Amino acid sequence: MGDTRVRERTRGGIGEDVARIDGLPKSKGAFAYASDLWADGMLWGHTLRSPHPHARIRSIEISAAVASPGVHAVLTAEDVPGKKTYGLEFADQPVLAWDRVRYVGEPVAIVAAEHPELARRAAARIVVDYEVLPAVTDMKEALEPDAPKVMEFGNVLRHVRIVHGDPDADADVWVEGYYETGMQDQAPLGPEAGLAVPAEDGGIDVYVATQWLHVDRQQMAPCLGLPMEKVRVYLAGVGGAFGAREDVSMQIHASMLALHTGKPVKMSYGRAESFLGHVHRHPSRIWMRHGATRDGRLVNIRARLLLDGGAYASSSTAVTGNASTFACGPYEVPNALIEGTGVYTNNPPCGAMRGFGAVQACFAYEAQMDKLAAVLGIDPIELRLKNALSTGSVFPTGQVIDGTAPVREVIERCAAIPLPPEEPTGPATRDPITVPGGAQNVGHGEGLKRGVGFAAGYKNTAFSEGFDDSSEAWVRLSAGPAGPLVEIRSAAAEVGQGVYTILTQIARSELGVERVILDPSDTNIGSAGSSSASRQTMMSGGAVQLACGAVREALFERVRAREASSDPAGELRLEAGQVLESELPLGPIERFLDEPIEETRVFHHRPTEPIDERGQGAIHVSFAFAAERAVVEVDEDLGLVRVIQIAAAQDVGSALNPRSVEGQIEGGTAQGLGLALMEELQVVDGRIRNASFTDYLIPTILDMPPVVSVLVEEPEPGVPYGAKGVGELSTIVAGAAVAAALRNATGRELNRIPVKPDDLVGLAEPPTSSGPPAAPDVPGPRSVPEYFGLGAGQMEILANDADDA
Amino acid sequence: MDVLLPRTLEEALEMKAAKPEALPIAGGTDVMVELNFDLHRPEALIDICRLPELREWKRENGMIFLGAGVTYGRIMRELSELTPLTQASRTVGSPQIRNRGTVGGNLGTGSPAGDALPVLAAYDAEIELASANRARSVRWNEFHVGVKKTALEPDELILGARWRAVRGPGSFSKIGTRNAMVISVAGLCLVMDDDARAVRVALGSVGPTVLRASEAETFVAEELTRSGNWDDPGADLPVDAMGAFAERVAAAARPIDDVRGTAAYRRHACAVLARRALGWALAARREGVGRP
Repeated sequence: MGDTRVRERTRGGIGEDVARIDGLPKSKGAFAYASDLWADGMLWGHTLRSPHPHARIRSIEISAAVASPGVHAVLTAEDVPGKKTYGLEFADQPVLAWDRVRYVGEPVAIVAAEHPELARRAAARIVVDYEVLPAVTDMKEALEPDAPKVMEFGNVLRHVRIVHGDPDADADVWVEGYYETGMQDQAPLGPEAGLAVPAEDGGIDVYVATQWLHVDRQQMAPCLGLPMEKVRVYLAGVGGAFGAREDVSMQIHASMLALHTGKPVKMSYGRAESFLGHVHRHPSRIWMRHGATRDGRLVNIRARLLLDGGAYASSSTAVTGNASTFACGPYEVPNALIEGTGVYTNNPPCGAMRGFGAVQACFAYEAQMDKLAAVLGIDPIELRLKNALSTGSVFPTGQVIDGTAPVREVIERCAAIPLPPEEPTGPATRDPITVPGGAQNVGHGEGLKRGVGFAAGYKNTAFSEGFDDSSEAWVRLSAGPAGPLVEIRSAAAEVGQGVYTILTQIARSELGVERVILDPSDTNIGSAGSSSASRQTMMSGGAVQLACGAVREALFERVRAREASSDPAGELRLEAGQVLESELPLGPIERFLDEPIEETRVFHHRPTEPIDERGQGAIHVSFAFAAERAVVEVDEDLGLVRVIQIAAAQDVGSALNPRSVEGQIEGGTAQGLGLALMEELQVVDGRIRNASFTDYLIPTILDMPPVVSVLVEEPEPGVPYGAKGVGELSTIVAGAAVAAALRNATGRELNRIPVKPDDLVGLAEPPTSSGPPAAPDVPGPRSVPEYFGLGAGQMEILANDADDA
Repeated sequence: MDVLLPRTLEEALEMKAAKPEALPIAGGTDVMVELNFDLHRPEALIDICRLPELREWKRENGMIFLGAGVTYGRIMRELSELTPLTQASRTVGSPQIRNRGTVGGNLGTGSPAGDALPVLAAYDAEIELASANRARSVRWNEFHVGVKKTALEPDELILGARWRAVRGPGSFSKIGTRNAMVISVAGLCLVMDDDARAVRVALGSVGPTVLRASEAETFVAEELTRSGNWDDPGADLPVDAMGAFAERVAAAARPIDDVRGTAAYRRHACAVLARRALGWALAARREGVGRP
């Protein structure tokens, strides 16, 4: 029989550069994003936001807005049907402010009208009587005893203290440094958008661009006063996330308006509102002191880290945990004292962003390593190699690395990537578009200095500190009209990172079937956890692998029951649509699929521990490492920069889709490079001054150099396919590497990113601190709100307790 | 909101006279942004992008006329011999923006960061205006009278800019904190006029309007005379004179601190750009560029 011929292997499985399934529609403009959602007769929602960083609300007068043309609803905090607050980790954020507003941009009232313009005009007619209160907009001032209090219990969100070995241990050589990072924005190209449709059962169907459908629902249902099953959340087209969509934005507001009016309500933020409507990367102030032996072995590290969490908790406590636990970098150090503090201020809330606390720490510890190398007269790469972590090493938290830790390998392989050729630097010898300033014709090669900088770093994969962020998947194998067909259902959010493609690759490899259908992601299946923390390939990939394995076993039972086996001990296998026994074809898979086979499985990563009073515990699941080298050219007269090349080596475990991994490295590098050179929300007195893409600059193609990537593949034990998360590492190291290259080119300190032209030409003094930032006297190591009984958000999922209202 | 759709200039001027509040729109790269962000709601728009008189450029009697409706994309393709103007056009936004945006938009919006404006200032351009019953020209510095303030009367339309063709090299440079698609932090246009034996330097984004560095211009023209450079492009200008020129250009700037940059950096950048632009112009003259 001609159709029983066996091809070598199933096409489109793991390890292949499978084209992204969403790639073509996105490239052609055919992909429907959340902002394209439409329903007949729908209304448009609009949000009225606080103009003050801190104020008491005396009264809200809505009658003029209600009477405006085309208006169907004007709602305030009084109209929130259930719980008045929500939040990822703690429900400290009002759905709509009553009593007080704590940041500029905080939602105060919402309007539904027949046209977005009518909604906007009606909102402008709402009169809110504010009594402006003193605001605290500086993270250091927030710790002072007489500072205005953002929360009743004070301004400290979390204080982590990690005591490792003997923190008083002396060293031959010490270097000290102070570092600052600015407030970066995720700047996803698709602003927040969604559509809420009231359902006949009194519930609500919400279509939204998000990172985690179930945690949205977890926060929405109590506020809407609905049981969990009556809130159904469907993933709409996501135009980038990078952490910005981990928090709820318009979900509860649109649902309230839809339930109130009985009509579908769409909310779609504009660019300026998007900057107000999501959390940002925490600005940081970091002080570090590194002690080493004369021959370059780290002996002791003291670190104090201060992170500005803004007005509400979001995921600040986890970010503080990460920044603190990663403060020593991918290096072995026998003694350390690390104190990390996240504070509340009246600045815009900060939360998840690619790198999640590891970015800020890496900028500081890598600058320290360079300083130490200079003082010791040791090559910076050699110093890093000398102290590199490896399997069996112990982190300052006491956690032992039992997985792979190819730190030496990433450093060595990155350093071995050939440097780009020197370019002629004299005037008029090259295309002006290739000099710093690019298309703007500011130089023809004058004043150019080349610099090379190196950074290594690391991060965890998946959630930490005792959190079980499991993922569920359902897989069905059936006989389709054109052969066997696999259908996958998972709530994993495709946010542009490629998880949908990876899930189909896994199914192909596991079941030997090339035709795979992926159902839309929604809450009709169990949680997949968040598309964050570099975790979806491991977690949802793991769930699909488990479910496929269960389907395969069921299929093999049928095969064994029906086929008179020539070799009863023979091993069954699926490949390219065939069932093989001892590598010989038994027949096409669909012969055994008169009834489809369906299985659901949940993947859990191994358990982790909460952090204890001394900052100790096996708190993270798995670690991945990376190194990048940046070559820059600085126009020393103008302080303008062109990055010439990024060399990257990354510990990926194993690459399930090498092209996608390289894409993640390049995209993450662009975001780290942006942080080093230009990306900063300028917040003055609590107000964002550059909430636009005119003035919040992100790199263009002329700012991005070629990225030469090396994938270091050492499969991680105990993890599906040995694949580590790959989404965040390049962001963590790129900013530090670019900053180091700028220091190398200019000889300047450059202890704050983004580095500005003023810093590079010496017009601005580097920021200084009189000693380390204060360590507050508060309960720890858990989050301070927990000690005051505030628990909600993700913690509810953890406790499986859905009845908080 | 009404949208008026004139087919001829005459019709457009009549419409403008009848409805002076109508805001002209051509490429829409400024106007539509303001509309979409709800920053400005004009009573009416008057679409001038189909008026043939505004879409042309021409040379006549040693003068150059650039219609207000000529896009930056067309300037780059059709007017490449006007080096500073082409360079300035290249720095405007993205290719999409350059295919829509027009010089008239820079003039009408009147932002000191308008990329074409320093070039028109360095060319000493006259801005040609018309209403239903009169036509007039206004020198560039009398047209822009403050931040986004122009001398345009409510019943007038901008026809374009006219200037005397200059023999001699020149350049436009723009500072921004990324390498493309950026609003000007500081811009400089330097034009050497071999016939008038003059150097003209205009600065953008460092004052309420585009500025000319008159003292620096006079100074450097005299230095070029002193060194004999006007007659012998091979004659070197003393290094000190280059520095003194750059300082005088910087002194002409009236910058402020804002979200895009500091006043100190803007002033500093003006000096660097001035020195470089003069160096490029002198080198071009030495090599005979722009000479018959």
